[in-house]
Amino acid sequence: MMTLDATTLPMIFATLMGVSILLYVILDGFDLGVGLLFPFATPTERDRMIASIGPFWDANETWLVLAIGLLLVAFPAAHGTILTALYLPVAIMLIGLILRGVAFEFRAKAPLSQKPNWDRAFFAGSLMTALSQGFMLGMYIMGLDWTGGHALFALLTAGALAVAYSFIGAAWTILKTDGVLQAKAVTWARGGIWGLVLGMGSVSLATPLVSPRIFDKWFSFPEILTLAPLPLISAALIGLLWYALRHLPTASDRFAWFPFVAATGLMCLGFAGMAYSFYPFIVPEKLTIYEAASSPESLRIILYGTCVVLPVILGYTVLAYTIFRGKATSLSYD
Amino acid sequence: MDTLLLSRIQFGANISFHILFPTITIALGWVLLFFRFRFARTGAQQWMDAYMFWVKVFALSFALGVVSGITMSFQFGTNWPGFMETVGNVAGPLLAYEVLTAFFLEAVFLGIMLFGARRVPTWLHLTATFLVAFGTTMSAFWIIVLNSWMHTPQGYELRDGIVHATDWWAIIFNPSLPYRLTHMLLASGLTVAFLIAGVAAFRRLIGDRAKTTATQLRVGLGLAALLIPLQIVAGDMHGLNTLEHQPAKVAAMEANWDTGPNVPLVLFALPDEDTRSNRAEIAIPNGASLILTHRLDGIVPGLNDFVAEDGTVLHPPVAPVFYGFRIMVGTGFAMLALSWLGMILIWRRGVDHLPRPYLMAATAMTFSGWLATLSGWYVTEIGRQPWLVTGVLSTKQAVGDVAAPLVMTTLIAYLAVYALLLAAYIAVIFHLARRAAAGKTPAREEPRQAPVGAIPAE
Repeated sequence: MMTLDATTLPMIFATLMGVSILLYVILDGFDLGVGLLFPFATPTERDRMIASIGPFWDANETWLVLAIGLLLVAFPAAHGTILTALYLPVAIMLIGLILRGVAFEFRAKAPLSQKPNWDRAFFAGSLMTALSQGFMLGMYIMGLDWTGGHALFALLTAGALAVAYSFIGAAWTILKTDGVLQAKAVTWARGGIWGLVLGMGSVSLATPLVSPRIFDKWFSFPEILTLAPLPLISAALIGLLWYALRHLPTASDRFAWFPFVAATGLMCLGFAGMAYSFYPFIVPEKLTIYEAASSPESLRIILYGTCVVLPVILGYTVLAYTIFRGKATSLSYD
Repeated sequence: MDTLLLSRIQFGANISFHILFPTITIALGWVLLFFRFRFARTGAQQWMDAYMFWVKVFALSFALGVVSGITMSFQFGTNWPGFMETVGNVAGPLLAYEVLTAFFLEAVFLGIMLFGARRVPTWLHLTATFLVAFGTTMSAFWIIVLNSWMHTPQGYELRDGIVHATDWWAIIFNPSLPYRLTHMLLASGLTVAFLIAGVAAFRRLIGDRAKTTATQLRVGLGLAALLIPLQIVAGDMHGLNTLEHQPAKVAAMEANWDTGPNVPLVLFALPDEDTRSNRAEIAIPNGASLILTHRLDGIVPGLNDFVAEDGTVLHPPVAPVFYGFRIMVGTGFAMLALSWLGMILIWRRGVDHLPRPYLMAATAMTFSGWLATLSGWYVTEIGRQPWLVTGVLSTKQAVGDVAAPLVMTTLIAYLAVYALLLAAYIAVIFHLARRAAAGKTPAREEPRQAPVGAIPAE
């Protein structure tokens, strides 16, 4: 029987936080991706793209709140260190999230003449959010030290994450729409897959190179054998994606789900690799999850609530996705 | 300006902008449930019209509340790392419960509430509406638990300067919680009551004679007339609770410098912290003693009791607390006058014959709830200074080491975005009102078109 003490609790909370971040990156990733693709769509297509994410985006964004909340409550020392180091990108992301979130509402309710402006705000907000999140990822990998070289790497990851988000956004659009828009989304995804390969590849290669500790974790025997499936499955998925995108859309809409599922798989694999690299550090090379954790009494209190509520949340998340399954139609309040 | 002051202004700006929207959604959720039930019971269209109009305002307010709330949870880390490092063991679980029990409940069922009416059975739609209202209220509960604990902390012990929880029951039901929670929930009800009455009055003024505007005027003004006396009583009790636990805040609210009996009620003054006295004072003799102790010669604490021997000031800045309190109370009495006058006019002349000047006054007071709520929060939050957590952690100890120009940059950016969004929000509410008045009922305004784009043969 596992006891809930100062060794197991930080691990449990790190896992919960990791799962929240992963869910956020996938779920809000496709919302943000749809926003990034806005300039390529016509005004009527935009309405339908919005309709495809309308019922979900709010709940999707909440995973970010849960992730940052878990960082805040379970690892208070790391929360302060990470967020003060990322002060500016965090502020840019927050303003981006604000613009993106309110544009959903304003574009539908403001006078028609202002709609194009809110469409622009939706795109700009999505772009600010995606780029700043990618930038923060890069700085995090680099150990949160602000040097010119690190900032350059972070700019690379910023671009890579924005491309990854657009790709999963396009995959979502393929899944949730049909006709001209779906065909258009397939071409977007074909364009995005190269960026995806480049982005994931460069981050995967750079991470072990900047940290000897991570290098050892990956390239020593027998770890290299047990870890081999990670890059191999990723490569296989990319190959299948490339093949599928050449043949989509299909006449009977078969396999419209595949790009989204494959993109989700890729993100999970990338995330697993990252989590393996950084464990047990929460502030890379500086602070482990065990050093940063709250007192076991407080963690236990939070855990009890989490155990009751998390299954419920997952349950009704599934419910919401079931109710709004199928192709997106125009949204109305009745 | 230094990092501390800039960080405080930035947090103040963020939380002020944020609180505007929960103040609306907390009570509006329940009002929507009421509209929906009335429609289910009576089948009368004006209730559905009211629901359809206000559900849009709810969606808009909710979105603004969510995005501005996310900013808050990050600000703890970016600007106030000392807060979670010191009191994280208490604040953490409370914030976690807020996110877990409330946030998700709202966010997930909101989609069903807004867009699911035709996709789910009526009972599920009503349940979703209920859960959204319930979730918003639970959200307020947990946040106010934490805020109240910061004012009147108990149920903890200090080990090596770090707060550790010892009694969760004492932490949650700390002495100021019942008063603060009641005061805030009533404030939310009043904000929504005046919002509904104000917008309905505006629609009447521009010639909208639809039955739903009469219904909404009646609901808005009736709710206001019912809640405002309760709020005055609750506010008085909250004040007495503050006198017991945070006397320095009450001294600042009253601008009373010396502790003693027969303290006058200062109606207006220019408090001067340099000379430690009031200029241009207009006061009612014995008033403060009477209100705070219910005796003419009751002892009222004075600000000079909260200055350390070395001259360090341990009481809050006087002027903002003093003025904030007067703006809140003044707005409260204006609310009392408007709502009760409205009730009398409706009773004597009927809701369709409210005089134009009255409708104009109601329109002018559309956002009076915001004014009262914000000034009330300024009183209580500035009134807690110099403490962040009373007696445990000072605001200065908690601030993060970020360069002042950097904080200034983000502050300006936030302020610009907030000003833009606030203007857009108010403009959109009146735009929706004009559109509804022009006969485009909310139900008809979003066309039920076929999915855009050709659908291939399946």
